[in-house]
Amino acid sequence: MLLNASGCLDALTAPDVARSLDAFVTKTVTPEPRDGNAPVRIAETDVGMLNSIGLANPGIDRFLSRTLPQLAKLGVPVWVSVGGFAADEYAELCSRLDDEADVAAIELNVSCPNVESPAQSAAQIVATARLATRKQLWAKLSPAVPDIAEVANAARAAGADGLSLVNTIRGLKLDDRTLEPALGPGAGGLSGPALKPIALAAVHACYRATGLPIVGMGGVSNGRDVLEFVAAGACHVALGTVLFGDPDAPTRIRIELAAELERRGLRDLDEAHALAHSSVLAIPTT
Amino acid sequence: MRRERRKVVANEKVGPYTLLRVDRGGLDPGIPGQFFMLEAPRRLLPRPMSLCLAPTRELAFLVDPIGPGTRALCALEPGESLAVLGPLGNGFQLDVERPLLVGGGIGVAPLPYLSEVLGAPLAVLGFRSDWHAEAAALVPNAQVCVEPTLVTQLVPEGMHVLACGPEPMLEAVRRVAPGGQLAWEAPMACGYGACYGCAVEIDGELKRLCVEGPVLHAA
Repeated sequence: MLLNASGCLDALTAPDVARSLDAFVTKTVTPEPRDGNAPVRIAETDVGMLNSIGLANPGIDRFLSRTLPQLAKLGVPVWVSVGGFAADEYAELCSRLDDEADVAAIELNVSCPNVESPAQSAAQIVATARLATRKQLWAKLSPAVPDIAEVANAARAAGADGLSLVNTIRGLKLDDRTLEPALGPGAGGLSGPALKPIALAAVHACYRATGLPIVGMGGVSNGRDVLEFVAAGACHVALGTVLFGDPDAPTRIRIELAAELERRGLRDLDEAHALAHSSVLAIPTT
Repeated sequence: MRRERRKVVANEKVGPYTLLRVDRGGLDPGIPGQFFMLEAPRRLLPRPMSLCLAPTRELAFLVDPIGPGTRALCALEPGESLAVLGPLGNGFQLDVERPLLVGGGIGVAPLPYLSEVLGAPLAVLGFRSDWHAEAAALVPNAQVCVEPTLVTQLVPEGMHVLACGPEPMLEAVRRVAPGGQLAWEAPMACGYGACYGCAVEIDGELKRLCVEGPVLHAA
């Protein structure tokens, strides 16, 4: 299944792009409306892009009354990304979404690099959210931790149905002329090609550690990248930065993926799933 | 919005700028003030450029080589190709009386096409040097000034201003000629509302310039 990474597509301004995906993931919704961070919010580097949007969103009330009914009309399953600054805020958001028939799944954004981190751990947030909803819960984790497999295991134990791997990782760009930070808030989240090997390692480690379903993302830009994430253990793959430069990427990537599978004599993506583990699965994980 | 891979027809120097002419293909030139995202060779993100001219079967963009992306665009050779997405955003509202085009520096970019559509109304253009002012040749019926003279000193009263230029110029234009239309600029990753990178403060709220603008009505 091909999705967008949260915050990398607005289905209402680009409905055709959303319809070219198998599910649409919303920009993170918080309890209260947020304007987001002061400009400048994006910068390109030689290896990826930096963003510091800061969870700009209309807040859960307006999301439910205005945005969700419009998203539901697109005919694409909607995953809602939620974020907060404390575990009970996540729980409140999940509880508000629990009765919404148009919400296919909830992604818990516990790892935005551009706002203050919640006081509780990812596992505590998952556990609290789990009590508030029967919906599928996907925990979106940061790769900027000493052992992501340990975080993933804790999220699984707390009741996560799946993992979204990975969020952006903090980076800094200095303006060439002034040598001051290029982004208004200073550092930002690094995405694009530089993130791919980091994301692949996270998917590989978390699949081995948890066996949970995984949405792999980070620098996916072509069909071969999708195949690699699936081979590393992802069952779904999300597109992020590539959508900015190429809104036709989902269609192009599906064609490339089909050709890549055929070239390797693979019947379908299922046959490629977790291939990267075939020689290492016997090794016990700690 | 439509994305096509188009061939470069010519890349012509205009002072320090480059007029990048590409084969139009099936792309619509749109309304003056709208913009396109141009794939920048060997860069991750495309670059937003307003349409400068719409010759038959072509789209032309005026590019200022200020960074790695714009320098790569200026270095494109005829016959090379690049992906072009657009037209995007909201252009100028054209049914106005007594229009006056105001441009500063690379902000002159959308004015040649705007002038053509409006029938060559009076324009006032400001540049930082005589070399930069060579771009004024693209706009008919233009009065030109070079720093330290400021373009706002040339704006007559009672005209409906349609302006594009650096932010300080637009702020100054807004003060001397309220009620006009101003085309703003912001870094953009996508140009179609996906990245939220181009947020600017409009009426006290941060809004996406690519969706709400780039042309905004000045209060």
